[in-house]
Amino acid sequence: MKKKFKCEIDCANCAAKVEDAIKKIDGVNDAKVNFMMQKFTLDADDARFDQILDEAIKTGRKIEPDFSVAK
Amino acid sequence: MSDKQKKELRKILIALGVFIVLMVLDKTGTWPAVFGDRWLSLILYMIPYLVCGWPVIRKGVLGIVHHQMFDESFLMLVATIGAIVTGENSEATAVMLFYQVGEWFQDYAVDKSRKSISDLMDIVPEYANLENEDGTVETIDPDDVEVGNVLVIKPGEKIPVDGVVLTGESMVDTKALTGESVPRSVKAGEEIISGCINGEGLLRIRASKAFDDSTVSKILELVENAAEKKSHTENFITRFARVYTPTVVFAALALAVIGGAVTGSWMTWIYRACTFLVISCPCAMVISVPLAFFGGIGASSRNGVLVKGSNYLEQLSMLDTVVSDKTGTMTRGNFKVTDVLPAEGVTREELLRKAAMAEGMSTHPIAVSIRNELQTEIPGIELSTNAVTDTDNITGQGLVAVVGGKKIYVGNARLMEAHGISYVPDGDPAATVSYVAEENKFLGTILIRDEVKPEAHDVVMAMKNVGVRQFVLLTGDRKAVGEAVGNEIGADVVCSELLPQDKVAKVEELLSDLNPEKQKLAFIGDGINDAPVLTRSDIGIAMGSMGSDAAIEAADVVIMDDDLTRIPTVIRISRWTVGIARQNVIFALFVKVLVLILGALGIANMWAAVFADVGVAVLCILNSMRLLTIKKTI
Repeated sequence: MKKKFKCEIDCANCAAKVEDAIKKIDGVNDAKVNFMMQKFTLDADDARFDQILDEAIKTGRKIEPDFSVAK
Repeated sequence: MSDKQKKELRKILIALGVFIVLMVLDKTGTWPAVFGDRWLSLILYMIPYLVCGWPVIRKGVLGIVHHQMFDESFLMLVATIGAIVTGENSEATAVMLFYQVGEWFQDYAVDKSRKSISDLMDIVPEYANLENEDGTVETIDPDDVEVGNVLVIKPGEKIPVDGVVLTGESMVDTKALTGESVPRSVKAGEEIISGCINGEGLLRIRASKAFDDSTVSKILELVENAAEKKSHTENFITRFARVYTPTVVFAALALAVIGGAVTGSWMTWIYRACTFLVISCPCAMVISVPLAFFGGIGASSRNGVLVKGSNYLEQLSMLDTVVSDKTGTMTRGNFKVTDVLPAEGVTREELLRKAAMAEGMSTHPIAVSIRNELQTEIPGIELSTNAVTDTDNITGQGLVAVVGGKKIYVGNARLMEAHGISYVPDGDPAATVSYVAEENKFLGTILIRDEVKPEAHDVVMAMKNVGVRQFVLLTGDRKAVGEAVGNEIGADVVCSELLPQDKVAKVEELLSDLNPEKQKLAFIGDGINDAPVLTRSDIGIAMGSMGSDAAIEAADVVIMDDDLTRIPTVIRISRWTVGIARQNVIFALFVKVLVLILGALGIANMWAAVFADVGVAVLCILNSMRLLTIKKTI
């Protein structure tokens, strides 16, 4: 399942770092953190989507404390 | 300016004010007792430091907790603490302050360019007026409109979804979608596209698509996704940043340790290492490239061209060969009578009328063009079709119709020969030739041509002016027709009599002659039956495709209306964009490396380092924002 969210991310470099880290999470097929549009796209396993989403946000916060996603 | 930005700005200004007062007092030596004391001066300087730097400190500490050693905030924190340790209280505060000014400015600029893109998003309808079956009207969310719903559109409102006009007549403004400033007229029975703005008339439409499938949603998605398809330059800079920061941080460490150990003056070398840390932040470079491309995509959108990704914009700037389809792209795709050559003793009008009568109500392009010509020659003429009693279509020859008891022949040379009619052959190879005869008497010749778009020649020349090396025309049409059109528009190569699959082969052949890294090939087509070629080319450009899903899907660059002149414009925008992105990268790298070297030698102090980081970011952003001011250039 692929879903798009509005997100808040402050800098271009952090967006790239957050994106890289989320891509490495188990069950994530693809992830995009679009700094210019402030959009977060997550493509992950259907069954565990919500769980993966939470984990992705947590991972993102570790790298960039101001990363937030409007669910 | 958002609330958050206002709050940040206030904090920065307060800190700046306090800082300036402190600096003046410090440097003029007003309070030697206070500023002479390292600790007292530190406490005073800590006021502006904390006021503006608190978010950085918070994030920096969180960075330590989460083991993010190369986080910008963390590096800033270390650098300023380092400066304080070495006794440079005012510089530590200045670094924090100007770092925050730069961050704020970056945020503001990005917001601003984001907004200029969302001006395009002005096409998003906020509501729809649904007409219920009992005639009452209620306002609903466009998302809730179902296919088949009847919607009422009042003057000045946006069309919420794609649909068909049921009643009413109006002029609609398609400017936001196509860049075309002349309003388009719509009336009952015609299709209407979401995102247009209704003019003076009241319209009732039937929704033919849900909001998500409507043109507006499609376009928005394209624009949003465009920033995700990254250019080479952007990929390069993100990869570079990944290496750059750790390298500079380790260099800083080495500088402090080795420099200190060798010379013994630890404080000097720690200070120099701290200038390194300030310069090690990569954000200035990382943001300047996508910001430039974002601006370029925005500028294209405003010119009625959707570019589906930064990578395509980058490739457009390296355009070497442009291949174009003929019919419907370089020509109007509608046939027009160009010459009427009556035989002796026959008038133009008679020739045209008889041919038109024989063609009857046929929708064949030739029949339509003859009818149209007659209408322009004698406005308001009514053709009675009653007189036509029998029509016989002969494939590959033309037709024979019985009009008022007399046989009329309209067709090519083969038709004339088959019926033993003597005719005057016409040699124009570029036209479709229709000979007309009544019984055995030759009436004359009508030449019909597909009209070349009047701007086609100028557009080909304009493309050459912006650096396109060759222009190739592909057509399924006869050689003579292809060459004639090719000559008229100034094509370098014309390939005729091609089947659809031959077009792909031809494009592949052309591609094999190019250097794939530096020379790109674009194909321009109407997007309806050229999907394979559009996909095979480096850049597929679809024309006149507003509302055509297939074209939007297959192409990389979508010209929203039918205007060829937008192509040279978008090429020029692409070159400008790539130029600005390069300037930014080179400028940022140059300044950073220069300050790194000077910093290591002890010539550049922390002020220079802050400039190398924040100043460069601001200049790059300003440079990128020039793109947002591009207006239509042709």
